[in-house]
Amino acid sequence: VRCPEGKLSLYCKGADTIIYERLHPACKTLKDVTTEHLDVSGSEGLRTLVLAYKDLEEGYFEDWRARHHTASTALEEREEKLDELYEEIEKNLQLLGATAIEDKLQDGVPQTIEQLAKADIKMWVLTGDKQETAVNIGYACNMLREEMNDVFIISANTAEDVREELRNARRKIKPETIEAEPIFEVKQPKNKSAVLPEDTVEGEYGLVINGHSLAYGLEKSMEVEFLRTVCMCKTVICCRVTPLQKAQVVQLVKKYKKAITLAIGDGANDVSMIKAAHIGVGISGQEGMQAVLSSDFSFAQFRYLQRLLLVHGRWSYIRMCKFLNYFFYKNFTFTLVHFWYGFFCGFSAQTVYDEWYITLYNLVYTSLPVLGMSLFDQDVSDRWSLEYPKLYEPGQLNMYFSIGSFIKCLLHSIYSSLILFFIPYGAMYDTMRDDGKDLADYQSFALLAQTCLLIAVSIQLGLDTAYWTSVNQLFMWGSLAIYFAITLTMYSNGMYLIFTASFPFIGTARNSLNQPNVWLTILLTTILCVLPVVAYRFSRTELRPTINDKVRYKVSKSKHAPPPQATRARIRRTSSRRSGYAFSHAQGYGDLITSSRYLRKNMATFSPRSKTNAKQPGTVLKTYRAVKDTVVDKTL
Amino acid sequence: MSNRKDPPGSQPFMKRPDNTAFKQQKLPAWSPTLKAETVLPFFFLSGVACILIGVLICITAAGVQEIKVDYTEESDCTDCYSLRLDRANSIIDCACTVSFSLSEAFKGDVFMYYGLANFHQNQRHYMVSRDNAQLVGRQYNLKNPSITCIPFDKYKNGTPIAPCGAIANSIFNDTLQLFYHPDKNTETPVPLLKTDISWFTDRTVKFQNPSPKANLTAAFAGTARPFYWWKPVYQLSEEENNNGFMNEDLIVWMRQAAFPSFKKLYRRLNRTQEFNDGLPAGNYSVKISYNYPVGKFKGRKSVILSTVSWLGGQSNFLGVAYCASGAIILIVAIILTVVHLKFKKKSLGLEEE
Repeated sequence: VRCPEGKLSLYCKGADTIIYERLHPACKTLKDVTTEHLDVSGSEGLRTLVLAYKDLEEGYFEDWRARHHTASTALEEREEKLDELYEEIEKNLQLLGATAIEDKLQDGVPQTIEQLAKADIKMWVLTGDKQETAVNIGYACNMLREEMNDVFIISANTAEDVREELRNARRKIKPETIEAEPIFEVKQPKNKSAVLPEDTVEGEYGLVINGHSLAYGLEKSMEVEFLRTVCMCKTVICCRVTPLQKAQVVQLVKKYKKAITLAIGDGANDVSMIKAAHIGVGISGQEGMQAVLSSDFSFAQFRYLQRLLLVHGRWSYIRMCKFLNYFFYKNFTFTLVHFWYGFFCGFSAQTVYDEWYITLYNLVYTSLPVLGMSLFDQDVSDRWSLEYPKLYEPGQLNMYFSIGSFIKCLLHSIYSSLILFFIPYGAMYDTMRDDGKDLADYQSFALLAQTCLLIAVSIQLGLDTAYWTSVNQLFMWGSLAIYFAITLTMYSNGMYLIFTASFPFIGTARNSLNQPNVWLTILLTTILCVLPVVAYRFSRTELRPTINDKVRYKVSKSKHAPPPQATRARIRRTSSRRSGYAFSHAQGYGDLITSSRYLRKNMATFSPRSKTNAKQPGTVLKTYRAVKDTVVDKTL
Repeated sequence: MSNRKDPPGSQPFMKRPDNTAFKQQKLPAWSPTLKAETVLPFFFLSGVACILIGVLICITAAGVQEIKVDYTEESDCTDCYSLRLDRANSIIDCACTVSFSLSEAFKGDVFMYYGLANFHQNQRHYMVSRDNAQLVGRQYNLKNPSITCIPFDKYKNGTPIAPCGAIANSIFNDTLQLFYHPDKNTETPVPLLKTDISWFTDRTVKFQNPSPKANLTAAFAGTARPFYWWKPVYQLSEEENNNGFMNEDLIVWMRQAAFPSFKKLYRRLNRTQEFNDGLPAGNYSVKISYNYPVGKFKGRKSVILSTVSWLGGQSNFLGVAYCASGAIILIVAIILTVVHLKFKKKSLGLEEE
């Protein structure tokens, strides 16, 4: 560096031990003070750097520069010669001071990752940092654990080496797959790509791969191989990844695996990844708003991801499936009754119900209750959802709405429509009113059938609703009340006289709904439609309870005790080899870190390393690092 | 603690949703579960209730007396039946008599119905073939029947038909007269009432004669009778308030039946003289003026006499259905109880996650 006045200076930054060796002896006092400060900041988990400088003489510098030039163009032992030169000039520096940068992990990151892992969600980290940094982050977040059987490092420089390392990893994880592998490579149909089957693996493995190797891994010829090995590992950390590669990784997973991908990131370099994934989540924060603007969801802290997935995502899935099932049921039932009536009306497509009822059925009578259920339904409360991540599994396995459940819904509809037609038919066809007058006419039958239908589907909705808020109650009973109100209005004298052609059903409600016969028929129909459903659901809960049933049972049992704290899980920090400081220097720091020299002043404030609860204030050995780029991968 | 920084220049937490119970999805709610303590008693109760109701209905239905005589081809009506197969014979009158006997007296109000089978009054084109505005007595619609009545709306020369439509056109026109034979030689006509056999709302609102109501001939001037009728609508009855559109037989017929086999109220017993308590037991006969041709579509005609109860007619279906459902529900309840008790250990294992 040349100052404006013409003076040459050399500024140097680096870790304290290295710099200390190069200092001029005159800096001793300053060195001690600086060391003290460094200890304090280091114990708080800050990244520290020491700065020093030296004034250079012109002549010496010229000479050094010439030698440097020679050394850099030397044909052999270039590295050593350059090192020598650097060592020579970086001597007798004057200490300037130290810097400490805070680059913390957000609160709750390890717990979030642990909870999501319990929910069968695979998580990968894609970061632009160096390998050591990324690995340290992995240990800090509990993604890489000491208990893991093995952690593979893929850092080869050529395609063949990468392939070899991947194969070695796979050989260790699951030796038998090596022989069978050629089969998958060849079979690549033209348009559709085959789905990579899931490999079951014993033990937990981690894999670290750097960007250079990743570039080879993502090539067409090797991507399947790469993906297969990588998916066998519980945790994957990719370091030194470019933004484009992040998107490529996501696309690779999307293409070959039947999984939904979610990408979460906070910087502009994550935008491509966020856009490539099925769901993109942006974290708004210090790195600007690009990630937020290109994402589907955005929030401010990583730990909200847990709530997004386990609470809101799960509820949304349940609500959607219930809604769909119920909607198909009510419309199929509604329609199939006409099919049965066809046998009795000469297949002339005469509708069983009043035309106004048909218009208003989906619009008014059954719309609000369904809406209420789809908006407010919760099978378990949010605290319990966070408590039991296993509840997330049904969504991953597509359990609640699939071909099977559609067929079940159809069968249920057929049964209901049979009841809803033949019971009123049997009750009505040969009978009359209690004053002898006609009751078996078309209009009375239509009114009876439509009332039975509405009550039956409303009660079915009541059975489906798991969470009765006041809004749900209002919608449900209000809709039934509205039905009767509208029907009585439409069938009144006034409406008939004003709109004669539109409301021909005049008098029907008054003349048939005062018959006990009619109400007994409605009661029987309702009972026969509803009780089988109750019996089926009850027996299923008894014989084959799903995780949902179990949790709800637990909830109902502990109704008087409040649900336990959501953050009950603790991170087990058993690692004694890792210090958790994320330095990005290549060599020589292992000794420093494991020596107690760095930590000598603050032994008293350390908590035992085995159990560190992130929530306790004042615990010192916490590692913080901003979680930059994470790809979260949900299986199936 | 948090790394959140609001975008520069904005109010802090501007986009934050309100911390109300509604928006945070924390509304107080009732969250029912299907527990054995609620489901099993409910099943048992409903089963028992259904059986009780079923028994009650069966007893009530058993107390209703009904007799049905199919006279389509009964005794001397066979000739009339064959006669009516040919449309050209419609000008020829044909009468026949059908006899039956009541083993028990029909106590209380007795109603006489005519029943038709295989007659689809619920066929869609048939159903819409009427003009309700005309039947309410509107002048405009009287002279201009709605297009839904086509082809039963006008004659070829343009005269409108009142009442228009296929339903009115096909009105049941057999006349049935009931006679009681206390002994072999005497024949007492049973007094029957023609009025108050239709719904009150039909009579008072839905069917009204066009004005002037006093002089129906003038009111219906310019219209003609439907194709298959012998008399125009204002000559349906001599009684003043049973004539024109307000003829109760017409009203009863116009109330379309829901199913192909139905019965419609024809007459009510006039409980006078010896029929004060209903119909005594004994021999009866029905003199039929056989006009209605049902042979072509293989229909059946019948005459039905019935008493009523608070439940209506003598239909056993509801009682049997209730009893059967009650029995099935009880069986299911027992099965569920067995399942519950047997798998009680397993259900306690619900504690496991």
